[in-house]
Amino acid sequence: MASIWEYANPRKFMATTDVVLPWIAVTAALTLVGGLIWGFFFTPEDYRQGATVKIIYLHVPAALLAINAWLMMLAASLIWIVRRHHVSALAARAAAPVGAVMTLIALITGAIWGQPMWGTWWEWDPRLTSFLILFLFYLGYMALWSAVENDDTAADLTAILCLVGSVFALLSRYAVNFWNQGLHQGASLSLDAQENVADVFYHPLLVSIAGFVLLFVALVLLRTRTEIRARRMRALLLRERMG
Amino acid sequence: MPDLGKYAVEVLSAYGAALALLLLLVLVSLRRARRVKADLAEVEARRHGD
Amino acid sequence: MRALLLRDLRLAMRAGGGFGLGLAFFLIVVVLVPFGVGPQTELLARIAPGILWIGALLACLLSLDRILALDWEDGSLDLIATAPVPLEAVVSVKALAHWLTTGLPLVLAAPVLGLLLNLPAPGYGWLTLSLLLGTPALSVIGTFGAALTVGLKRGGLLLSLLVLPLYVPVLIFGAEVARRGAEAMALTTPLAMLAGITCGTIALLPFASAAVLRMNLR
Repeated sequence: MASIWEYANPRKFMATTDVVLPWIAVTAALTLVGGLIWGFFFTPEDYRQGATVKIIYLHVPAALLAINAWLMMLAASLIWIVRRHHVSALAARAAAPVGAVMTLIALITGAIWGQPMWGTWWEWDPRLTSFLILFLFYLGYMALWSAVENDDTAADLTAILCLVGSVFALLSRYAVNFWNQGLHQGASLSLDAQENVADVFYHPLLVSIAGFVLLFVALVLLRTRTEIRARRMRALLLRERMG
Repeated sequence: MPDLGKYAVEVLSAYGAALALLLLLVLVSLRRARRVKADLAEVEARRHGD
Repeated sequence: MRALLLRDLRLAMRAGGGFGLGLAFFLIVVVLVPFGVGPQTELLARIAPGILWIGALLACLLSLDRILALDWEDGSLDLIATAPVPLEAVVSVKALAHWLTTGLPLVLAAPVLGLLLNLPAPGYGWLTLSLLLGTPALSVIGTFGAALTVGLKRGGLLLSLLVLPLYVPVLIFGAEVARRGAEAMALTTPLAMLAGITCGTIALLPFASAAVLRMNLR
């Protein structure tokens, strides 16, 4: 029976991704470049936001991935805790820096976007603030991974941190919403609701979201492969020294 | 080059910063992948060699 | 259990100032703030609840690595872990001891330091209440952080990095209660949220702390 758990075997994972990764990477590059070029060069200005509307092709995909990368890490951590598949723990580790960079991009583009709207570079808007807190969670998670020497212990500890952190990140989201209501514009700017975005902006946005997602997948696969190799190397070196 | 109007600085700096970060991430990932691959090959060779 | 609590309390009282250090730090932070922002009393009165909360939080953070580090170094943590007491209870007692030696003194000191910052009169009760409700959560979350980093060499800095983001909801709701109290506004919602978070962390987080501690002692 071919199940997803086959890929929990590092050897199988390496063999499969070896074939798949170049294709994903090329598709990701093409889609991303295509979506961004479409968005940047071939969309009109918004009648209210002017040219700043072009920033959504970076901001929205990055923000989406910033959250979904954490969710992916959460899922991978749970799989590691329950089924003890090393690939899963290493994939969570591999995704963290990518998620952190996505969060950073969402923050920077959000701040730049907010500048003409709010008249200030940084507004303690609930959304931006939540992303800032998420960024801190990413930093802590990565720091713990690199601080613990034993691979399995590090995987265990970071998995629990990811679980606990998820709960607290959610709490922080509500707390921040409560703490600063109302300074941000409504859904017309947030572009969460599909009906607020005209098709002319929406279609290139979908393409660039697809590009970002593919890029994320490609990067996580690449980095997971690196982590698997690094883990194997540490094991071999340890055996040599014991030798 | 589209006419970005009075927001040219904002839009261009957003694209510049985001693309630079993405590029940096890709390059760092690739470099580390290559280095770890080479190191592992070396260790494996040493193991099979003696 | 009680023996463990008493032992921890005695150690904290004796072992070179873990007890008074947090309080002194709290005092210094509060004294430094007017130097930084200027001596205008109306400005200080406005930011006093927030400053007091942040000061208490930092003072609490300062002593977190002592929760488990001493026991780890002399090996008694291994003994405690093999004792016929659930580790969940052990970490809860550790958190309680930390709160009694750090949190409670901070709660008692906060109104006095509020005087220095010209905290408005209606704020004192609410500030004390919010700290009384919030600091146990700080201790419990801190114990989780201490359990995560217990065996690490430069654990102290990492501990701060891990724990501070977890403190955000407690700080927001706690400071909000104190601020609204000082400005005599309605504060039921943040008060309920703060109490809820504290109860939730006390009830659930010891399981995570114990799990993490077991991994570290393996």
